[in-house]
Amino acid sequence: MSAERLSDTRITRCFARLAERKSKAFVAFLTGGDPNFETSQQLICGLPAAGVDLIEIGIPFSDPMADGPAIQASSQRALRNGMTLAKTLDLVRIFRQTDNDTPIVLMGYYNPIYRYGADRFVQECVTAGADGLIIVDLPPEEDAELCEPALTAGLHWIRLVTPSTDDSRIDAVLHNVSGFVYYISVLGVTGTRLAMADHVEQAVERLRQYTDLPIAVGFGIKTPEHARSVAEHADGIVIGSAIVDLVKLNLDDQGHPKEALVSEVHEFVRQIAAGVSNG
Amino acid sequence: MSSIDKSVTDSYRSGPDETGHFGIYGGRFVAETLMPLILNVEKSYRAACQDPNFQNEFDYYAEHYIGRPSPLYHAARLSEHLGGPKIYFKRDELNHTGAHKINNTLGQILLARRMKKTRIIAETGAGQHGVATATVCALFDLPCVVYMGETDIERQAPNVFRMKLLGAEVVPVTSGTGTLKDAMNEALRDWVANVDTTFYIIGTVAGPHPYPEMVRNFQSVIGNETREQILAAENRLPDCLVACIGGGSNAMGLFHPFLDHSDIRIIGVEAAGLGIDTGKHAASITGGQPGVLHGNRTFLLQTDDGQIIDAHSISAGLDYPGIGPEHSWLHETGRVEYVSITDHEALEAFQLCCQTEGIIPALEPAHALAHVMKIAGEFDQDQILVMNMCGRGDKDVFSVAEALGQQI
Repeated sequence: MSAERLSDTRITRCFARLAERKSKAFVAFLTGGDPNFETSQQLICGLPAAGVDLIEIGIPFSDPMADGPAIQASSQRALRNGMTLAKTLDLVRIFRQTDNDTPIVLMGYYNPIYRYGADRFVQECVTAGADGLIIVDLPPEEDAELCEPALTAGLHWIRLVTPSTDDSRIDAVLHNVSGFVYYISVLGVTGTRLAMADHVEQAVERLRQYTDLPIAVGFGIKTPEHARSVAEHADGIVIGSAIVDLVKLNLDDQGHPKEALVSEVHEFVRQIAAGVSNG
Repeated sequence: MSSIDKSVTDSYRSGPDETGHFGIYGGRFVAETLMPLILNVEKSYRAACQDPNFQNEFDYYAEHYIGRPSPLYHAARLSEHLGGPKIYFKRDELNHTGAHKINNTLGQILLARRMKKTRIIAETGAGQHGVATATVCALFDLPCVVYMGETDIERQAPNVFRMKLLGAEVVPVTSGTGTLKDAMNEALRDWVANVDTTFYIIGTVAGPHPYPEMVRNFQSVIGNETREQILAAENRLPDCLVACIGGGSNAMGLFHPFLDHSDIRIIGVEAAGLGIDTGKHAASITGGQPGVLHGNRTFLLQTDDGQIIDAHSISAGLDYPGIGPEHSWLHETGRVEYVSITDHEALEAFQLCCQTEGIIPALEPAHALAHVMKIAGEFDQDQILVMNMCGRGDKDVFSVAEALGQQI
């Protein structure tokens, strides 16, 4: 049932539009509520105008075990300033008041959602206007927890495929996935190693034998040039840590946002977007 | 014998199921990068269990290196002092390195060798698991990296030095709140980046399947020996078992062989720190809620928003905001009682044990002993209680002196 419902969504329309233009998707990640709710709202709402095609909002968690130092720190900043799962959904609601096209994917860890209640969470995702979920610590073995309720509610389930995902496992990993596939180009946590373009090319070619879904590549992309070279081999790229690092650079000694924070982040995002669309 | 083992289908000993669950607890909640690795650990562990050489190798080092079996000792003066049951200590504090931790690190490093892994990582809180891991790494000549919270490094300087003497690299963890849970996060991050070479020796009955089961099985040497020893000494099984619980590996090791003897009362003792109602405690079952962390579903200390809260206990070894998933299940089924003991009560028991038995216990089993003191009056003098003396107190003399307001 969900397959048809998920065939015409903000995410599928987004990738279809880009494919028609022979363009690549730029997926930008920001942690919800980093450094505080108001600034985060301004950052997120300005992303489409800065050239972002799909927005990933991180749900802050105290113990983000798959993330590197940049995103860990952003999660801590958000939590210190009172961010919660419920407020992350508020960010989506606010965004949707002015933008009904740009897809939003929520990325996070399972525990806050489990505490909130999986069914309640997926219902509220739908009414808030989120389009998909990436939950790092829910492998296919645990699909009954959240993946299946999410599909039933009409949300895309996007999984990370990694260099350690071998042929024996890939069908299981791609099962239930829709919208796009997120290929992690390096072994390790977010933001710490550089993705090598030739590795990406081979890996994406291999993945194409198993899926017709668009493939976005992330983890370790830091510059517009780098974004362009990786985008050549994939359908989209994901940038998170490099953007989140820029948030941190624009905080004063007390951790308050400097005046230029929002414009600096959007300017960097614009440069990446230019790199991707020149690819 | 006091009761008959239940059939396999009606047993408290048959878990986990094939997907690693004990009821709703346990499981494999890890990032995809780790899944192939975890499945491989499980496959290799199953193969090792079928190979008599693996058990023989374990038994050899357990006997000649660790010093097993550890004695089951009748604490006669303490029993008399408390006026309750006949109290026995299972003396795992006499093991090489001073605690039960090495039973598990031995088992896991033998598995890592079978898997041809060339590098070992571990997390540690108090440093006991770190020392036990560094020890077996020295024994088998494998490089060892131990992640330890920056706060714990300051509190546990002697163990940090021990690990370094044994050749381990101790990496300070500053992320999060710089404690045991963050050390575990950091070890998982290391593992994700080094999947081909590295084996992660987890220190307790937690983590993704198969760790809770595997660590329990390595630690079950405690309960299996106890069973033989008590039958030899008393010609019957005990009436009550008591053990302290941080993650819960010493307790699982003692309890597991006895779970199906329904007339044995089994009690796990968590750390209540400054008191459950102060919020400064480490009692995941008594004061926590089910959640998902470090690869498994279990009781956790957390906020309503699902953010993990730091644990507090005078005993660094109990200072973990979670508990092994099998304990959560044994709590839910009602098979095991879970209670808690404050810092203050543990200190009283610590001193009583020194004075009546000439044994300086670690602060962890001092929690178990404090509960034994509380319930002793509920037993007759011909009843038998076994408490796991899972660690010795040499490491704790500084913090005990500080807590008692004494300069040394």
